[in-house]
This record gives sequence, structure tokens and C-alpha cells, in this order.
Amino acid sequence: MKEQNKKLTAVVNVLDIAGKLVLILIMAFPFFWMISTALKTLAETLTVPPTMLPASPQWDNFSEVFKTIPVWRYLRNSLIVCISVVFLQYLVIVPAAYSLSKYDYKARPLFFALVMLGQMIPMQITFLPVYFMFSKMGLIDTYTSMIIPFISNPFGVFMLRQYFMQVPTEVIEAARLDNASDLKIMFRIMMPMVRSALITLGLLSFITNWNNYFWPLIMTSKDAYRTLPIGISLLKDADSLQRWNIIMAGNLLLVLPMLLLYIIASKKIRNAFVYSGIK
Amino acid sequence: MPQVGTDNRQEVDKVSSISLRNVKKKYVNDVVVDHLNLEIRDGSFTVLVGPSGCGKSTTLRMITGLESVTEGDVLIDGQRVNEVAPGKRDIAMVFQNYALYPTMTVEENIEFGLINKKIPKAERARRIQEVCEIVGLTEYLKRKPANLSGGQRQRVALARAMVKAPRVFMMDEPLSNLDAKLRGQMRVELIRMHKRMGTTFVYVTHDQVEAMSMADDIVLMDQGKIVQQSSPWELYHNPNCIYTAQFVGSPQTNILDGRLSEGKKLGFRPEKVHMQPVDAGKGINIPATIRTREMLGSELIYSMETPYGIIMCKSEEDVPEESRVTLGIALESMYLFGADTRRCNFGEEEKKEVIQKFGGSC
Repeated sequence: MKEQNKKLTAVVNVLDIAGKLVLILIMAFPFFWMISTALKTLAETLTVPPTMLPASPQWDNFSEVFKTIPVWRYLRNSLIVCISVVFLQYLVIVPAAYSLSKYDYKARPLFFALVMLGQMIPMQITFLPVYFMFSKMGLIDTYTSMIIPFISNPFGVFMLRQYFMQVPTEVIEAARLDNASDLKIMFRIMMPMVRSALITLGLLSFITNWNNYFWPLIMTSKDAYRTLPIGISLLKDADSLQRWNIIMAGNLLLVLPMLLLYIIASKKIRNAFVYSGIK
Repeated sequence: MPQVGTDNRQEVDKVSSISLRNVKKKYVNDVVVDHLNLEIRDGSFTVLVGPSGCGKSTTLRMITGLESVTEGDVLIDGQRVNEVAPGKRDIAMVFQNYALYPTMTVEENIEFGLINKKIPKAERARRIQEVCEIVGLTEYLKRKPANLSGGQRQRVALARAMVKAPRVFMMDEPLSNLDAKLRGQMRVELIRMHKRMGTTFVYVTHDQVEAMSMADDIVLMDQGKIVQQSSPWELYHNPNCIYTAQFVGSPQTNILDGRLSEGKKLGFRPEKVHMQPVDAGKGINIPATIRTREMLGSELIYSMETPYGIIMCKSEEDVPEESRVTLGIALESMYLFGADTRRCNFGEEEKKEVIQKFGGSC
């Protein structure tokens, strides 16, 4: 009986590991393929059967990207948009979450429902009216059109609200008896207490906006305001043969900063989610 | 142990009386406090005591302004403060869970209120140092609350309240998170602190021992109403109803019901029940059998079966279980309550009736 159990556990373990390996492979292979293709010559990307690794790494592919498109300008645009969104969204999210978690008023459930509704409606439904509105206001081809829609981040409000609800009310009351204003309570008491959540939210929204393709695509038509994802897609040339090695080198440049950011901050992000689950 | 009272600087000029006039607190459909009239004397140590849900914490929170008042007026020093923000009432409070600011050091915790009051830096430093010496926190100033023990956190909470030199000092069950030994020490320290500061203290607890040991003035509450407000001595010796008589003292006051006319009830404390008969005409004698016996060290608690029901007795005499004894209860240690449970007159006629109904002799 015991022997059988042992065998069963062993089999389960093997299956478990095998399953995970398959998943890792599915996730990691496109990445690997991108890196490998980015280092091949054009001829090598087209050979059949395809080669797994480049015969000799072509580092020149990267400089070719810089020659083909104005990478620095796109990078600057992306940074302006992402950093603005991250900082401006705190101005909206923090007071909203404070109000929804620690204030009691009649319309609160309604406001919270509206926030959640905002999370549920996909951008693809609202982009057209927003586009027309921005177009009338002359905001197409500006940074504003790419920043404004993202500073009210419903997920951020929701997540921060959960964190604020865990802050004991007595602490806020103590601050109130210490003659602290609401703003002071928010900045000096609440925000330091949920620092890890704030950092996580910032990172997540930075990454989301960095990867955002759809919105900048419709909001910009001039090179001066294009962000990096749009810029990289311009490497694809509709008229001639696709230079896959250059496209992949460009994509590698696009994801590298986020990859580094995630590797540095992954522990913080994971912790923030764990705590929100268990209190 | 830190020494309270080594410094003779008294702040007697900052003493305040509090009055609640016809105060009512209602949550949606729940009336928590109803028509409450309460006077808290200048510089007194007033304890609000009662079972959980009796409205004592709500009353305290209405005085601090953390809870709004549905009806009635709250006055501090004769001024109506209903609309005054909590931070402007010059009140300090110690919470049950201490409510320290977890991201700030001990020093920043204590300083926060002073900064908000715009007190100059030099003055802040002087006050913090002084208060920390009193409560014995000087070496922990740079620590975060998470790195302190329960007792130390309690001291930070006290220091944070004391440093503001408030008109009124509020405490909501501040000792209930401490272990029994520390609680005893802190009780003594709070009494000394009150003597030294001379400020009005308002203290909420559900623990009658805490209330009796610290208060000048006890306010016993039940179901949002004040049952009795008096000194601890009065509350113990002169309860105005069965509720008060049974709330104070342990085990609770014996009540004998169903014998006297007009539904009157006879009450007497277990410590007044003696295992010797009393002289005829001076009290009543009841035959009893000891059912259980609890040894508490200095005294024993007996549960006795008698013709009138179970009677509790607290005595220094050691008698084995199942013994048959005669209980003597003197007339002067009895209380008479009416059918409405209020205390009523215990005159010669009533005394005669008691002796007659319960048997004046063995």
C-alpha cells in the first residue's frame, strides 16, 4: 500500500514537472525565437528548414534599426507618455481610493460601481467617440491625447481601495485628533502605509502604457509624437520583402527595458498581490 | 519602570469640564445612546463602564468629535463643540489598539500632533524629551512601532497623547491588550499620571475592577443610558438598582425573589454572607448545603443550596463541600429592590417583613 502511494506520488511529480516544462516552453520559445532571429542575416531567416541559432551573431542588425527609424525620438515620446501617466494617475487614484475606502456617503456604492464599470468596458468600444472629441479639441497628434485617457485607472482605484481598507480606522482617527487635514492624512499616513502597492501600480501602469499600441496608433499620425511600439512597427515595409532580422532586433529593443524593469522589481510586484489576497 | 511624578511641573491651568445635554446617537434605525445627560467634573478621573454595546465608547467618541451627535449638545468648558473638528477640541486620546502611525518612528509619532499644532521646533524637542523621560521611552525614539513590545507601544500612545498637554485626556480600553501583570502596573501609573497632570481624564472600560480602582467618578451605562453615576465607594455600598448591585463585585450580588410582598426583592453581597448565625432581630439565618467550593487563595467562594435558591458566599473560612451550615446575613448589609428593580426604602416595616419571611432565627 505504502509502496503504491510512493509510486503514485513519483508519477504525479513527473507529470507536474513535465507539464510545467511544456508551459515554460510555450511561453519562452517566442522570446528565444525573437532573440535568435534578431541576430541572423536576412538570408538565414529565410532558409528552410529554419536554423535554431544564428551561424554568426549579426550585431549590426541593431545599428540598422537606428538607421531605418528615429529610435531615440520614439523612445523619448514613449518615456514622456509613460512617466506622465504614472505620476498624473496617482493624483486621481489616491484620493479616489481614499474616499471610496474610508468615507461614508450615500453615493459611494454608485461611484464604486461606476469605477468598476470603467474597468469592464474595453477601450475598443469607447475609442471612436473619444477620438472625435479629441479631434474637435485639436488634440490629435499631441502627448495629451495619449496621456489623459489613462490617468484614471479603474484597476488602480480598485486595488488601492483594497489596501486602504486594511488601514485601521483608528490610525486615521488618531491623526484627526492630532489636527491633521485630510490631505496630510493621505500623504503622511496612508500613502507611506501602502507604499509597495503604489510602487506596483506605478510599474504595472508604466508597463501597460509602454506596450500600448492601439491608442497611440489612432491618436498619432506624425513621426514627432509616435511612441516606440508604433515606431518599431514601421520597420515592417509593406512594399518589399520583410527584413525579419531587423524587425526582431527592433522588437528586442522595445521589450528590453520592460524586461529589465520586471527582473528588478518582480519581487515587489508579486508581494503586492500576495498581500492584497491574505490581508 | 519609569517614574511618574518626578517632575513637579503641573498643568492645572488646563483643566476642563465636559457636559452632555440630552445627547442622542442614532445609526440608521439603531438608537445607541438616548437622552444622555452627563457631567464630567474639572480634573476628575471619570470612568465610563458597562457591558459591550452599552454605548460607552460611542459616548466617548461623541465627546472627541470622531462621531457626530444626532441630537443634543456636547459642551467643553461650557462651550458647545458639536461642530468643532476633533483636532480643534484640544483632546488627546489613547486607543485600544494604540493606533500608532506604523511608518513613523516613535519620535515622529509623538511629534506629529505638535507639528500640526504649529509648535516651534525647540519647544517640540523639549516637550518630547520631557514626556519620553516620564514614560521611559528615551532609548526607543528612533524605533518603529513594529519593533516595540505591547507595553512599549502603549507608552508611545500615552506619550503621544500627553505631549499635546490637552484639556481632556480620553482613553478607550487602553489596557485590554496588555497581559494581567502589565495591566496592574499601568493602572497604578495612570492614577499617578492623572494626579501629576491634573487634567480631566475620561476612561472607557468594560472591566469593573479597572473602573473601581482608578475612578474618582464612575458612570455605569446600560443600553445607551446612564444607570448610576457616583464615586466607586457609593457605587459599591449604595447601588440604586439591581443592575448596579450585580455589575460591581464578584461573584455578583445575591438576589432573593418571590418571597416578599409586591414583588420586592432582597439583595446582599456574597462577602456579607457569614457562616455564623446572627442574633434574632438583627438579620436572617438561612440553612444551606455547600455545593461547590472555589479556592482563590486569600478567600474561598462557595455556591450554597438553600430553600430560597442558590446563594453565593465569599469567605475566609475553609469548609468542605456538602457540609451543612447556617448562613447569617445582617440587616444592615441588605438592599431592598422594588418590582421595577430600583432600590427602595428599607425601613422598620420592611425589615420586619424580611425577618418574618426568611426566618430570623435558626
